[in-house]
Amino acid sequence: MTEIDEERADALFHALADRTRRDIMRRVLAGEHSVSALAAKYDMSFAAVQKHVAVLEKAGLLSKRRNGREQLASGDVTVVRSVASMLTELEQVWRGRIARIDELIAFDTATHPDQED
Amino acid sequence: MPVTDVKHDLDSRTLTITAEFAAPAERIWQVYADPRQLEKVWGPPTYPATVVEHNLTPGGRVNYFMTSPEGEKFAGYWKVTAVDEPRTFSFEDGFADQDFNPNPDMPVATNVYTFTEQDGRTRATYVATYDTAEGLQKVLEMGVVEGARAALNQIDELVAA
Repeated sequence: MTEIDEERADALFHALADRTRRDIMRRVLAGEHSVSALAAKYDMSFAAVQKHVAVLEKAGLLSKRRNGREQLASGDVTVVRSVASMLTELEQVWRGRIARIDELIAFDTATHPDQED
Repeated sequence: MPVTDVKHDLDSRTLTITAEFAAPAERIWQVYADPRQLEKVWGPPTYPATVVEHNLTPGGRVNYFMTSPEGEKFAGYWKVTAVDEPRTFSFEDGFADQDFNPNPDMPVATNVYTFTEQDGRTRATYVATYDTAEGLQKVLEMGVVEGARAALNQIDELVAA
């Protein structure tokens, strides 16, 4: 890894090393949320939630835009990804599918041991 | 692990995965030919797939949607281009609107799946190619909810352990 990659990884892991921030990420990856709507979900002050959002923003995991008085946050984990890292992500999706096929066919041998497909 | 080989070709933006399954090619073919089996394997447990149209013949369509834990639906389609049962089939896959009209702003991937049987086992080769790096990125943006969620859950499990 280059120095920049290392720094990015540090920021990323720091941002995700907190339960509340991981929970915020789950919400904003599913769709745009206003910071006040997010704040209402947690038993902490608006300022504290805003601080968590700022850490995630700094790590490049979410982006904010302003809509009137509202600040809207949405998940953005596509920050400058290389083709290599993208193919690796895609590989994970496929590995999941292959593992499920394997489970599925193992299940028919287990339930119908003498039945030919 | 059934995955035996993975190749990333950065220049052609192609991902090739080879897996070996302990079943004849006919059995693996069924996974794709039967919509009820296909939906069991296509989406992860957190994003189950529902196949609503399934025509695995040249020119045919497979339409499906995946449902997020929040109940949001993401529609996709396959446009089947070639079929040689049970050896190989090819299709283009892309994203669609809720009525399964292809979304022209989203990239389309070209896929070739090949199954070779030997001694009752099947080697499956999955090849997916994206026209542009931008296209690949867009696909992952769509899939990223799923991927990031899984990754985040893994972190949760890791820290809980």
